[in-house]
Amino acid sequence: MPTRIQKQARQDTMLLNMGPSHPAMHGTIRVMLELDGERILNSEVEVGYLHRGFEKTCEHRTYFSLLPYTDRLNYVSPLINNLGYVMTIEKMLGVEVPERAQYIRVLMSELSRISDHLTCLAAMAMECGAFTVFLYKMKAREFLWDVIEQTTGARMTTSYIRIGGVRADLHPDFDAVLKKAVEETRLVLKDVHGLLDKNKIFLNRTRDVAVMSREDAVAFGWTGPCLRSTGVSYDVRKAQPYLVYDRLNWDVPLGERGDNFDRYLVRMKEMEQSLRIIEQAAARIPESSRGFIAEGMAPAQAIKESRRQRVRKDIALSPNLEGSEEARYPDILASDKGFVVPPKEETYTSIEGLINHFKFFMRGHGIRPPKGDVYFAVEGGNGELGFYIVSDGTDRPYRLHLRAPCFHIVSSLEQLIRGRYVADVIPTFGSMNMIGGELDR
Amino acid sequence: MEEKTILERLRKEFPAGVRETLTSLGDEVAVIDKGALLPVVTFLRDGPGEFTMLLDLTCVDYPGQEPRFEMVYHLFSLSRNRRLRIKTRLGESDLRIASLTSLWKNANWLEREVYDLFGVHFEGHPDLRRLFMYDGFEGYPLRKDYPLRRRQPLIRLKE
Repeated sequence: MPTRIQKQARQDTMLLNMGPSHPAMHGTIRVMLELDGERILNSEVEVGYLHRGFEKTCEHRTYFSLLPYTDRLNYVSPLINNLGYVMTIEKMLGVEVPERAQYIRVLMSELSRISDHLTCLAAMAMECGAFTVFLYKMKAREFLWDVIEQTTGARMTTSYIRIGGVRADLHPDFDAVLKKAVEETRLVLKDVHGLLDKNKIFLNRTRDVAVMSREDAVAFGWTGPCLRSTGVSYDVRKAQPYLVYDRLNWDVPLGERGDNFDRYLVRMKEMEQSLRIIEQAAARIPESSRGFIAEGMAPAQAIKESRRQRVRKDIALSPNLEGSEEARYPDILASDKGFVVPPKEETYTSIEGLINHFKFFMRGHGIRPPKGDVYFAVEGGNGELGFYIVSDGTDRPYRLHLRAPCFHIVSSLEQLIRGRYVADVIPTFGSMNMIGGELDR
Repeated sequence: MEEKTILERLRKEFPAGVRETLTSLGDEVAVIDKGALLPVVTFLRDGPGEFTMLLDLTCVDYPGQEPRFEMVYHLFSLSRNRRLRIKTRLGESDLRIASLTSLWKNANWLEREVYDLFGVHFEGHPDLRRLFMYDGFEGYPLRKDYPLRRRQPLIRLKE
């Protein structure tokens, strides 16, 4: 079937197809361009290549078991996606999260935000020819992901933030690794500023290219760094503070012109602010009431031992490993037993524990929010990441809808590239940070 | 209480169109008649509430209930930092509702998505086509009567 642009195109113009699989399209998206020479007269963006029925799938999963699907919405910042979903459910249930867990969530969100911005700008710079910048940023991202990996056990698909708290406590070496990551990221940001801010090639391709006005940005539902690049100060973390963001001291960087360069610069400045948040949060996080007691036994051995009849008091696991960790629950998980997975020590060693475990995972039991609907949003890497969930009182959501920030941003691509050159598509698209997972769902 | 006033003003301004206003878990909700959608949201956007942003637009399917579909709109006011949810019901026999594309630009894709996944027709939409699914896809996948595992490969898979 001919598409809109094929029907409307003039006879003397050329139709050019970019994507869905194109080296400069980081995500499967198809842009059809109607060209007069190198000028773009019209374009049509076609999405849906990564549509995998996220919302439909979630309606058939329990509230607990759909969490891993939220990781896949944005592979660079899965922790923020976890957080958005989990906090929506917590709003429904009215769960009180321990303070230490809240700080851990802030730390993890900001680490994810930096890695999200780094990835976006790295790809954008690389597509403009700045391959060094790409490598530098990937290097910084690795340091950040080391921290995330050490805490969550995974680099990308973390499923770490759970209803009621977080999956595990911080690693004993967390502070040292975090310090190193922050230092390295600062260095990289400094280098990148030096490489790009006054770089003529980069400026020519981004300065005053694809300018978005404030009014249009709002009319398109832009949020996040893209909206702030137009000068509108809206950040969910400031506007409707959640977790402990209101206790920390940080700023919302704004752009002026709303062009590609401003979108780059706002992201760069936001990373610095995120580093500030991380440092403050790491300093203020309440100490764990329990010491680490994982020494003296190999993890595999400890797991084996802990699954024998009774847990010996001297056997305890690193909090990052499956097994004994009941002692740490008060710090990182809500006290309400109905919403969190019962501790493994109880499950493996007592009949009540086993019953609790089954009650949590059994069909029709587990987490059952009251009837009603709720909307909650957190500030994702791209902007307001909102979940709208309708509950009918059962253990699985009746309807789950994701407000994907980049959906709104990508929908404006046609307008932004109209009248520009073909080459302008690349940095413009790069500065939008399109994420296929959350766009197509 | 400023919070109340917006819902109260809405009730006062549209006594016939607004069916119910409530607060659900801290979110403000207005349930309206489908015919009143365009005047209500225009009032909200340009009126004292200054709900200049259409945050989200989606649909919920309640098979067995009449009217069957519920459209859910989330508006956001930047100046007042407040969200508002507008809900309206649509019957299966008359799946039409006014398009908001004249008010917000992102309504274009959002409505295409709902058309694609639920089959709701938006009157006045300039280019109502499927967004995620391909042309020729049968049925509306997010409706409750669409089976989870039904497959419709565009290219026939090898046996």
